[in-house]
Amino acid sequence: MGQQIVNGLFLGSIYALFALGYTLVFGVLDILNLAHQAVFMLCAYVALLLVLHLHLPMFVAFPVAVAAGGLVGLAVERIAFRPLRGRSDSNISGLISSIAMATILEALALQLFGPDVERFPFGVVPDRTLHLGDAVVSELQVVIIAIALGMLAVLTFVLKRTVLGRRIRAVAESPTAARVLGVNVDRVIAASFFVSSALGAAAGVLFGLAFNSVSPDMGRTVELKGLAVIILGGMGSMPGAAIAGFALGLLEVFTVAKLGSSYRDAVAFGVLFLVLVFRPRGLLGAAALREA
Amino acid sequence: MSAESLRDLWLTYQSTVAFIGLNGLLALSVYTTLSCGQLSLAQAGFMALGAYASAVLTLHTQAPFPLVLLAGAAAPALVAIPLGLPVLRLKGVFLAIATIGFGEVIRIFFVNLDFTNGALGLVAIPQRTGLPVIYAALGGALFVLWRIRGSRAGYALEAIREDEPAARTMGIDASAYKLSMLVLGAALAGLAGALDAHFNFMVAPSNYSFGRVVDMLVYAVVGGTTVFYGPVLGAAFLTLLPEVLREVGSRVGLQPGPLRLFVNGLVLLLVILFLPNGIASLPGRLRRRRAGAHAA
Repeated sequence: MGQQIVNGLFLGSIYALFALGYTLVFGVLDILNLAHQAVFMLCAYVALLLVLHLHLPMFVAFPVAVAAGGLVGLAVERIAFRPLRGRSDSNISGLISSIAMATILEALALQLFGPDVERFPFGVVPDRTLHLGDAVVSELQVVIIAIALGMLAVLTFVLKRTVLGRRIRAVAESPTAARVLGVNVDRVIAASFFVSSALGAAAGVLFGLAFNSVSPDMGRTVELKGLAVIILGGMGSMPGAAIAGFALGLLEVFTVAKLGSSYRDAVAFGVLFLVLVFRPRGLLGAAALREA
Repeated sequence: MSAESLRDLWLTYQSTVAFIGLNGLLALSVYTTLSCGQLSLAQAGFMALGAYASAVLTLHTQAPFPLVLLAGAAAPALVAIPLGLPVLRLKGVFLAIATIGFGEVIRIFFVNLDFTNGALGLVAIPQRTGLPVIYAALGGALFVLWRIRGSRAGYALEAIREDEPAARTMGIDASAYKLSMLVLGAALAGLAGALDAHFNFMVAPSNYSFGRVVDMLVYAVVGGTTVFYGPVLGAAFLTLLPEVLREVGSRVGLQPGPLRLFVNGLVLLLVILFLPNGIASLPGRLRRRRAGAHAA
């Protein structure tokens, strides 16, 4: 029982980080950025290459990969989203152009790294274990949960207490009103893409470490889990996404324990489906479904 | 060119021609729901239902091929009704996500179904699909969509796509139209799945992943979703393009798989940014530009 709670929190912290990136962009732009999973995958490779070829320790490679993720996010916004702004069907065309970006990035990864799973070299991943009650917890799990919670705290602080955070929330509320009040809307949107993709990159590196496997299609399953998380949490709601991320992690781990591993993926979509049909605004979403 | 080399050429490209037809059908299945402004990404799930239903019939019964195809189209259409009733109340991105979820549930269901060999799928399905059947199906689908355009139903669909609340105010039963188009799209995807299963000898859950829907969407969007023949143009263009690029790619040392993905993504990006109505709108654009040049 305790073991499963730890495992669930561990998985959930990665889902939460990933989904926060989704929901941040959705909150600001009302657009689902399906290139998020490609950034997630690409940055896991960045960390892997830094460790493999430059022999950097993980605590250096991780922030570099996260920053790289932010930069890729800026590029994605510039290429695939900014030109569509103001078009009447921008939420559907944005969805499609982000699929295009994801395909391009995935093709690059396939060409550069090949389709096979790659692993971190021995010794990069700490393998000591701790005993917590009846649960065995690996050092890696503790570190990953701590990093995820730390990033959540930083993100909350940035959004609630800084000028940038206030601007992001203003643009999410109403881009027009924010512009009238002197906010540089384009720059705020770019900044939210940077933050969002940095979160996705962090999730990617942690995911790669957690399962010690990095491959060009690693983003695909997480992408769909992330969708379930933001729907469960309520579209555009940051606390909702965090809570739902942990909830899905726990739910999956308990499903595997009770029903077997082949139903793990079905849980996410079962949840997704039921929430959309019976409570489309999710746990903490805004009251009315937006006309979109 | 001698008759011999012509025949060789035909043998090499026969399957490409077949895939153009199959992909055209799949692209049309995405188009049917898009034609009333709804983005459904459940088409790979519908395709899987059609493929599995038809393959099971062929392998376990003596059913004739036309009946098998009919069942392949009917199975997903029947599933689309209870799916559509609740899900079509959702709009835009929410509908897209719900249908992605449905498609994945179908795939996971088949991964876990022992009766159809789980993740391995069904193999050794007799090859019964030929080019005439594929193109008859495609022709039939195009005929139906052509007849819808300009009819009362066609105008209703356009009205719903442009402004659903306004269409409802005009007395158009938007829910019924949206559901009908979802069912029609499911039937087309199922038909394509059944044809594909009896062309490729096998069905397996991995053939119906999210990537498959993305391919279909790319065909439809690149071809153009404002006219019924656009998706088929897109499917033809994007099925032929990798064949051409394979030659070029092998000379500069690029693998065909990533190259195909890259080109798909790039073409989709360029079309959505610079040619929002797809390849089908290209002739009209060029004509207008030439007319503009004359006037000036």
